[in-house]
This record gives sequence, C-alpha cells and structure tokens, in this order.
Amino acid sequence: MNNNLKVLINGLIKENPIFVLLLGMCPTLATTSSAINGMSMGLATMFVLVCSNAAISMLKNVIPDMVRIPAYIVVIATFVTIIEMLMNAYVPALADSLGIFIPLIVVNCIVLGRAESFASKNSVVSSVFDGVGIGLGFTFALSLLGAVRELLGTGKIFSLNIYPEQFGSLIFVLAPGAFIVLGFLIAIFNKLQKKEVNN
Amino acid sequence: MEIIGIIIVAIFVNNVVLAQFLGICPFLGVSKKVDTAIGMGLAVTFVLTIATIVTFLLQKGILEPFGLEYLQTISFILVIAALVQMVEIVLKKISPSLYQALGVFLPLITTNCVILGVAILVIQKDYNLLESVIYAVSTAIGYAMALIIFSSIREQLALTKVPKAMKGIPLALITAGIMAMAFMGFSGIDQVFK
Repeated sequence: MNNNLKVLINGLIKENPIFVLLLGMCPTLATTSSAINGMSMGLATMFVLVCSNAAISMLKNVIPDMVRIPAYIVVIATFVTIIEMLMNAYVPALADSLGIFIPLIVVNCIVLGRAESFASKNSVVSSVFDGVGIGLGFTFALSLLGAVRELLGTGKIFSLNIYPEQFGSLIFVLAPGAFIVLGFLIAIFNKLQKKEVNN
Repeated sequence: MEIIGIIIVAIFVNNVVLAQFLGICPFLGVSKKVDTAIGMGLAVTFVLTIATIVTFLLQKGILEPFGLEYLQTISFILVIAALVQMVEIVLKKISPSLYQALGVFLPLITTNCVILGVAILVIQKDYNLLESVIYAVSTAIGYAMALIIFSSIREQLALTKVPKAMKGIPLALITAGIMAMAFMGFSGIDQVFK
C-alpha cells in the first residue's frame, strides 16, 4: 500500500504531466479559459486514464506485442466515447464549452504514454493508482492554469469575485494569455524544483 | 467568395496552432531548427489532406447511413493510424527522396491532434467534400507557416542569454503567446468575405 501511495505522489508532483513531462499541451492550453473548465477537462482525462490503465493492465497478457499500440488506442477510444456520451447527456453546457477537445483525449500523449510505460508492465491495482496520480497531477495543473487566467482576466476564481472585473485584462482569457501564463508557470515550477534539488 | 473566406479564416484568423491550440506538442518539439519545421509542415499537409478525404467518405458513406455516428472517434483514429502507416509504406516504394525528407516525421503524426481535430471539425461544420479538402489544405498551410515562423524565432533565441528557469519551453511558450497576440490582429478580416 505504501508503494501505491508513492506512485500516487509521484504522478502529482515529481512526474507532473504538464509542468515536468510537458505532455498533453493541447487541451491544457485550449480548455483553461476558466478554472472550472480546466478542472472538468482534467477530471474527464483522469476518468479515461484510470479506466484505460486498469483495462490495459488486465489485458496485458492477452494483447500480442506486435499490435499493442493499435489495441491500446481502441481501448482508450472506447472510454473516450463513453465519457463523451455521458457529458453530452448530463452536462451539455460544459460539453459544449470543451467542444472538440473531449474526443481529442484519444490523442492525448499522457494517456497512451502511461498505457505503454506503466500499465503494460504493472499490476491492476498499481496501474489504477498511477492513473489516479497522473490524473490528479493533470487536473491540478489545469485548474491552476485556469484559475490564474480567470483571475488575471476577469478578477474571479471559480466564478467567485476577487477584485472588480474592469481591472482584469481580457488578453489572459484569450489565446495569447494561455501560452504566456503556462510559460511563466513552468518557469516558476522549474525554479522551485531546482531549489529542492539543491537542498 | 465563400471558398476564399474559408482559406483566409483557416490560415490567419483561426490559425490552427495559435488560436485553436491543435498540434502543440510537435509545435514545441520540432521547432528548434527551420529545416525540421519545414519537413514537419510538409508531412502534416500531405497526411492531413488524405486523412480528411478518407474520414469524410467514411463518415458520409458508412457511419451516417448505418446510424453509427457514436463510433466516430474510434473509427477515425484507427483509420488515421492505419493511413499514416500506409502512406509511409507507399512513399518508401514510390518516392524514396520524398520519404527521406518526411520519413522521420510520419510516425509522429498519428498522435498529432491536428489530423483528428480537423477530421472531426469538418463534420461538425457540415462542409461538403470540396470545402473540407480546401479547409484541410489551408489549415495545414497555416500550421506550416506558424511552425516555420516560430522555428526561425527560436533559432535566434537559442543564442541569447536568458534566466535559467526560463530556458527552453517556458520561453518558447511566451514567444508563442506574443505570436498569437500578433495573429489576433487578423480577427475580423473574414467579415469582408461574407
């Protein structure tokens, strides 16, 4: 159990998919115009990640090595279709604002990357923990980016007023703000991590 | 006129990288040198055009008549993955020189979300086959253009002295942000063509 906890923490901080591994940039930049959008995208990806990790580690002895990548893609695409249909049915407004990036979870390199590098070699339980850890890391990064952009752009976090809206700068909600805020967040993360290593 | 509108919007106003955020991974990954950026741009143009035609026919010819639209994501990604493999094999046989130029980039393209993204977008926008192909080609041109401009800037940036924490990806992202700001200047230009 202790080992599983380590796997979980590993995904959250040491191998954070966005700030450290720099994977899955497209949804990160596109869906974080507000904190709530970023968080829901993170949770949707986490669902796919946990399910596909579990399914692939269960099937790892059945899938022939030659065709493993196409097989993984089919498994992932199945879960993506499920979450897409669920979101369309229960949270249509959210599904609308995330738009094309829900089906595009299929080509998110994080999901396929974890399937290939972790789930295909480890037991079901630790694969699930890995999925939760990496998924939480992704969700954390997306929520943080969304919160910073929403705060700078409109003066709100999760639609809670922090300062009056007219002081906000709309550019942070628009496309350029995504690139710039993520650039600075990664730089800050780099700086903090270097300090940790030095200590 | 409408066709010109589609072209202008896809290349400048709604640039696939800078406004729609598709294909960021290769955009950051292969943009250190202008040569590789040109190669990747060509490979994307080539595959995107073929993939859009094939997935369009698949949607209209098989999925819609049989009421299987919910299989869109699964079938599209499989077709694209198979197609990239096939393009690689055919190109190797027919035109070894072109294969030499594009070879390394082709396997990377399967996971490039531009391909799947455009395939789904043309269905959502309800384009016909001609409009879809034009949209795909101009999106690819926009992608190649952004990639080439970005890589030229990065070649220069590599020579400058920057704070350690900003080196590499953070600085590249901020550069892309400023480029996106410049491209926002094009917004509204499409009104002329309506």
